Formats: sequence, C-alpha cells, structure tokens
Amino acid sequence: MLRLWRRIWRIGRAAEPAPAGPVGDRPAVAAGWRGSVQVRHVDAGSCNGCEIEIAAAFGPVYDAERYGARLVASPRHADALLVTGPVTRNMAEPLRRTHDAVPSPRVVVAVGDCARDCGVFASAYGVVGPVRDVIPVDLEVAGCPPRPEAITEALRKLTGR
Amino acid sequence: MSALGIVGGVVQPLAVVAGSPVLVGMMRQVRARLEGRAGPGIAQPWRDLRKLFGKEPIAPRGTGVVFRAAPYALVATTLVVSFVAPLATVDSPLDPVADLFAVVALLTAGTVALALAGLDTGTAFGGMGASREMTIVALVEPTLLVAVFALSVPVGSTNLAAIVSSTLRDPARAISPASLLAAVALVIVIVAETGRLPVDNPSTHLELTMVHEAMVLEYAGPDLALVELASAMRLGVFLALLANLFVPWGIATTAGPFAVLGGVLALAVKVVVLGLALAVGEVFLAKLRLFRVPELLAGSFLLALLAVAASFFLA
Repeated sequence: MLRLWRRIWRIGRAAEPAPAGPVGDRPAVAAGWRGSVQVRHVDAGSCNGCEIEIAAAFGPVYDAERYGARLVASPRHADALLVTGPVTRNMAEPLRRTHDAVPSPRVVVAVGDCARDCGVFASAYGVVGPVRDVIPVDLEVAGCPPRPEAITEALRKLTGR
Repeated sequence: MSALGIVGGVVQPLAVVAGSPVLVGMMRQVRARLEGRAGPGIAQPWRDLRKLFGKEPIAPRGTGVVFRAAPYALVATTLVVSFVAPLATVDSPLDPVADLFAVVALLTAGTVALALAGLDTGTAFGGMGASREMTIVALVEPTLLVAVFALSVPVGSTNLAAIVSSTLRDPARAISPASLLAAVALVIVIVAETGRLPVDNPSTHLELTMVHEAMVLEYAGPDLALVELASAMRLGVFLALLANLFVPWGIATTAGPFAVLGGVLALAVKVVVLGLALAVGEVFLAKLRLFRVPELLAGSFLLALLAVAASFFLA
C-alpha cells in the first residue's frame, strides 16, 4: 500500500495537457447534450486494433473522460454508438437492434477505415459492407487504426468541451 | 412538530438532492486524480442528469408497472428519509418516522423495488443483479439494525433524533467501546449497501461482475436519471447518518438562521470528508469475489453483535 502511495506521488498527473478544441462542425443532435456524452462501443467485426486505440483514448494519457465522455455498459444508457470494423453478416442484425435500443437523440460514430469503407476486408465473403450501409452514420474517424487523438477529437465534437 | 423540525424538513431534502450528485462528482474526481487522469470535474453528474432528463424514455417490451414505478419508489423512499432523519437539524417534522426501524425499512423498500424492476425486465443480467443484490441486502439489513440498536441501548429509545441529541449532551459516549465497534460495523455495511468497492464496482463495464449496475441496465432517459439521482442520494444519506450518529457536532439544535446554516455546512463538511476517504480507499482496493462478500458482511455482523453486548455489559 505504501508502495502504491509512493508511485501515485511520483507519477502525479499522467494526462497530457488538453489540445485546442475540435475544428469542424458538430452533429446537430449533439447540441442539446452540453458537455455529457455516454458512449456504447459496438465491435461489428473489427480486428481489435481500433479497440486498443479506444481503450487508449479513455486511458490516463489521453483521458477522454475529462471532456465529459464516458463508456457505458448498455445501449439504453448511451447517446452515441462507437462502431468499429466492417459489418459482418452475423453482426448486421445485432447492430441494427443495438441502434434501435439507444434512446433518441442519438448519434453513430464509425471508427476506423474498416467501418468507413471496409478497409482491407472489402469484398470479403463474410462482410455485408461499411457501417453506413446498415445504420445511419453521423461522424467518421479515419485511420487504420485511428490514433487516440483522432478518437478523442471526435468525442469532443459530441460533448462540445 | 417544532419550528426547527419544519425548517429541517425543508432544508434537508433540498441539500440532499442538490448536493448528492456533487458528492459523487467529487469522489470520481479524486479517483481520477489519483489514477493520473485529469477528471471531468465535480459537476459532471449534474451534466449527465440534465442531459438524461431531456432524452426519450424507453420501456422495453414485456415490462410492466413494476419496472416503470421502481425509479419513483427509489427516489420517494430516499426523499422521505432525508425529510425525517436528523441530518442537518436534530428535530424532525414527523418525529415518529425518524425511528431506526422505519428509516432502515424505507431504505430497504427502495432496494427491493429496484430488485423487482431488475426481475421484471426478464433479461439474464437483470435477474442476476437482483439475486446478488438480495443476497447482500439480506446480510446488510440485520447488521445495520443491530449496529444502530447498540447505540440506542444507552439512550433507551430507537428514535434517531434522540440518539443524536444524547450524544450531543454526553460526548464521552462517542468513544465508548460499543460506539466504536458499531462504527466499524456500520462503515462496512454502508460500503456494501451503496455498492462501492470492495463489494461492488460502480464504474464497471463487465456485466458478469455487476451487482447494482446489472439491475438498471434496461433503464433509459429520465428513468435512468431518477435511478442515478436516487443512488447518489442514498450514498449521501447513508454517509450523513454515519457521521451524525458518531460525530453529531455542528448539527442545528435551534431554529435560528445561523444555526440552520451552520447545520447544513457541518453536514456538507462531514459528508465530503467521509466521501473523499471512501474514494481514496477505493483506489487501494480490488473487488472481492462475490462468494467472499458474505464473509466480510458476517464479520461486520459479528462486530455489531459485540457492540450490542458491550453496550449492555460495559454501560
């Protein structure tokens, strides 16, 4: 316990200073949320590269939580769906149902090149298509995988902080 | 019904409703700082609640009146407790209800309502959360009753206001062996009842480890806001009761504006100190395996029994 105290004392604040606010227009539905967005992450067939970057975005260094975004355990608690990966045949229906379970107003963020245009998995036999072919997408984050800064910036567009 | 009681009945619920989300925000902020993060700020729970109240309410298919009524029952029982219990003022507008058994029964009624709502959704996690919550409540409630009963023995009354004012008159009672044993037992059961580490992790995303969170997975929008507000209020009320039963100084005993203001400030200071201690403690604790929780709670029940024995034999 004493070792943990010393460690906390030595490391202090791991979070990097907040970069300047996000550029570009925000989705109109997010205007009423004013600094609070609950996020549900859906893996629609990803290789888990994007998941690692999402975990990093919510980790101590990038700390997406300081802008008011929080990962939640249920789509009913969520305002935003963070969808990763090309949508596979088995995940198309669950993704639609998850989208229906989110109370409106809601937004969908497609994270990573696979979610935008199927990336390296394009025209594979198990892939239905990019996320926008299954549910309406409001915001896209490019990259394979996208950097945590890019994910954090997309979340800041939703919270407005 | 005295003037002080009426003032308390107005001020206390307002303070609990307005202050509890801020308390939760402070605890999250302290944890964030100790984990090296910057943290979202202490007003974040209020921002979340403001947004949730503006969202669409959804009731899942197949749920009935139990699911819809549970958030209101949870908020209502907690509001009644904050109305009658001696938190900022010693007098209560409804003195007979400020009784140990009535207060514990009211708080349990809220827990049971939420567990029934978890069962009503018919999902696997709702039922699992409800069964776990009932396992914990069945062990917590006897300890809660016995621990406060140990304090009521020397007073000769189970009225919470009487216990608080007798400690004010006789400060030596706060450090008697019975009181200290009861304090340790109460700390453990309050940690379990409000779903904090090491019994339950309030910020978990893993459904398999959830207790409280598993029951509320199906709530959305304003209903979820009520459930979150109520669990924050319960944390505030439990910490305030814990503080006032053992360290009642600062509580308002007259109805003057300065006395009442001092009472509210003292309440805020005591609850914040306890809350921050709880948050710092949580950084150093891992969650207990579910089957180890009854051992912890049985230990706290033993301490509560010893407290009762001590208050009979050592008094």
